[in-house]
Amino acid sequence: MAVKDYLRERFLPHMWCPGCGHGEVLGGLVRAIENLGLSKNEIVMVSGIGCSSRISGYVDFHTLHTIHGRALAFATGVKISRPELKLIVPMGDGDALAIGGNHFIHAARRNLDMTAIVMNNRIYGMTGGQFSPLSGENISATTAPYRTIDRGFDVVELAKAAGATFVARSTTYHVQQMTETIQKAITHKGFSVVEVLTQCPTYFGRKNKIGGAADMITWFKDNTTPIGSKAKQENAALIERGIFVQIAAPEYCEEYQKVVERATKGRK
Amino acid sequence: MGNTIKFVQGNEACVEAALYAGLDFFAGYPITPSTEIAELLAYRLPQIGGKFIQMEDEIASLCAIIGASLTGRKVMTATSGPGFSLMQEALGYAVMTEIPCVIANVQRGGPSTGIPTHVSQGDINQARWGTHGDHAIIALTASNHQDVFAMTVEAFNLAETYRTPVILLFDEVVGHMREKLVLPAAGEIPLVDRLRTSVKEGVDYHPYLPREDGRLPMSDFGGVHRYNVTGLVHDMWGFPSTDPQTVHGLLRHLVDKLENRANEIARYREYHLEDAEIVMISYGSSARSALHVVENRRQRGERMGLLELQTLWPFPSEMVRQKCAHAKSVVVVEMNMGQIMQSVKLAVAHPERVFLANRIDSNFITPSDIMNILRIIQGKGV
Repeated sequence: MAVKDYLRERFLPHMWCPGCGHGEVLGGLVRAIENLGLSKNEIVMVSGIGCSSRISGYVDFHTLHTIHGRALAFATGVKISRPELKLIVPMGDGDALAIGGNHFIHAARRNLDMTAIVMNNRIYGMTGGQFSPLSGENISATTAPYRTIDRGFDVVELAKAAGATFVARSTTYHVQQMTETIQKAITHKGFSVVEVLTQCPTYFGRKNKIGGAADMITWFKDNTTPIGSKAKQENAALIERGIFVQIAAPEYCEEYQKVVERATKGRK
Repeated sequence: MGNTIKFVQGNEACVEAALYAGLDFFAGYPITPSTEIAELLAYRLPQIGGKFIQMEDEIASLCAIIGASLTGRKVMTATSGPGFSLMQEALGYAVMTEIPCVIANVQRGGPSTGIPTHVSQGDINQARWGTHGDHAIIALTASNHQDVFAMTVEAFNLAETYRTPVILLFDEVVGHMREKLVLPAAGEIPLVDRLRTSVKEGVDYHPYLPREDGRLPMSDFGGVHRYNVTGLVHDMWGFPSTDPQTVHGLLRHLVDKLENRANEIARYREYHLEDAEIVMISYGSSARSALHVVENRRQRGERMGLLELQTLWPFPSEMVRQKCAHAKSVVVVEMNMGQIMQSVKLAVAHPERVFLANRIDSNFITPSDIMNILRIIQGKGV
């Protein structure tokens, strides 16, 4: 199938701003699915609220556009009910880790077999440019006119600590690597987290005088480096990208079958 | 072969009924006084291959069962006041997306953490209006374990029939009290299965295009029809829309599908209403005390009757008006500050004849409490 066969042309064009990185994530995600040769009927995409979450409307899968921050909780219900389905959960940074932070760590803890994609543009775009828990310090936003004092989360460290069994980071500059990473994440048995650094030129770029979309993408190129690279050793400020964690661990739905076995043991 | 007779808590009766109705997915979070429902289902569901998950909080629990319902399962969660408050946004999502689910709220004293182990009926209006925006909802209640069973099965049936969340508003006394329950035999109470679409694979399926009778046949997630579900105002495809006609049509549909069927959805019991001059209206555990008073007064020749509501929402206004048409006074017995009394006053021809007999101190309202208030209403003093 071609990429366009995975999209709902009836609902396009999309509503993202010119230069937004979310379209690149959509492209990378759809190519990953195409490369894996998955059937559209076996994929359920669950998203929350925000610019990024609108991604579910544009893809021709079973799509569940839910409420702010709770996408993983809905996805948990779908997955446990039908473990054979592939669950993909794209979320924004505020969606996943502010209002949805609790669900994020618990989904990781359970090691449910699903793929969480954190589309991190470090800003609330849909509401007009407020800072998020991933903005970090010294950032301008409409709710931080004197710049942020809030420290940011590191998605990778958080996911690792919460027990995610696949944790990776990529950017909208490294589109091919992003596609490959998402592909590996979907194939991984267990809870996989892919953070994709993505640009919001409309709010984050403009408010912080970084420039347009091309400048922001270039920033990803200049400020990220493969995990453990020599460049990282020389410059600790560089953000590492690649696969940080990829381990095998008991998956929740499979473990639940053991509960069923224990409950039915000795019964007819 | 006779029916099985059990001696159980109300919460256990609820569990037996949910399983009878075909429950096969439960997600919940511990909270007094509803916890027994989760505990029992953690034990029972795996035995029949059903799914039980303890979630990280109550809103996640409701989200999880909504997701599971979309895949074709009969689903339920159970909670009490604080958890019910936390669920409200997801409740509105189930209303908006028309996904069948059952939420048991075993009421305790509120507001806030309130009095977890004591009784109250303070969440009646929250069940109606707790989630934001114009909408309709079904809420059922019961005063005894046989009716807890019947209303729980009814909740699943109505959820499937109308594609709506249904709230079971039990209270701590009913939830924790033990009494006899006769388990109905299989097939004794009719069960409503989900209406699924007959649209074949490859043909356009419109998930939100109601049939002529207003019903929306579903297609299970994971099946042959791929569609979008959203809490945004949506068109027949389930895709977001801001078209005023679509917005208007959807809101009217969501409200009318239940409010226009209030008579059909009304479940109630009546005792000695035929010639009653004093009509008591009650529900849940307080109806037990009200019934005791009515039976007692009848023996003394007083024309008193009881209307026990089992459907609280949509409020059965027409039925209540008819039952109260010849009453000299209507006494609403409830354990709150008059939440159902407000609806009764709106329903009856003479709201000035409606009185409240209540108790709000976390203790169960007894027959003597009601009789003391009755004497004052009747001008007899204490």
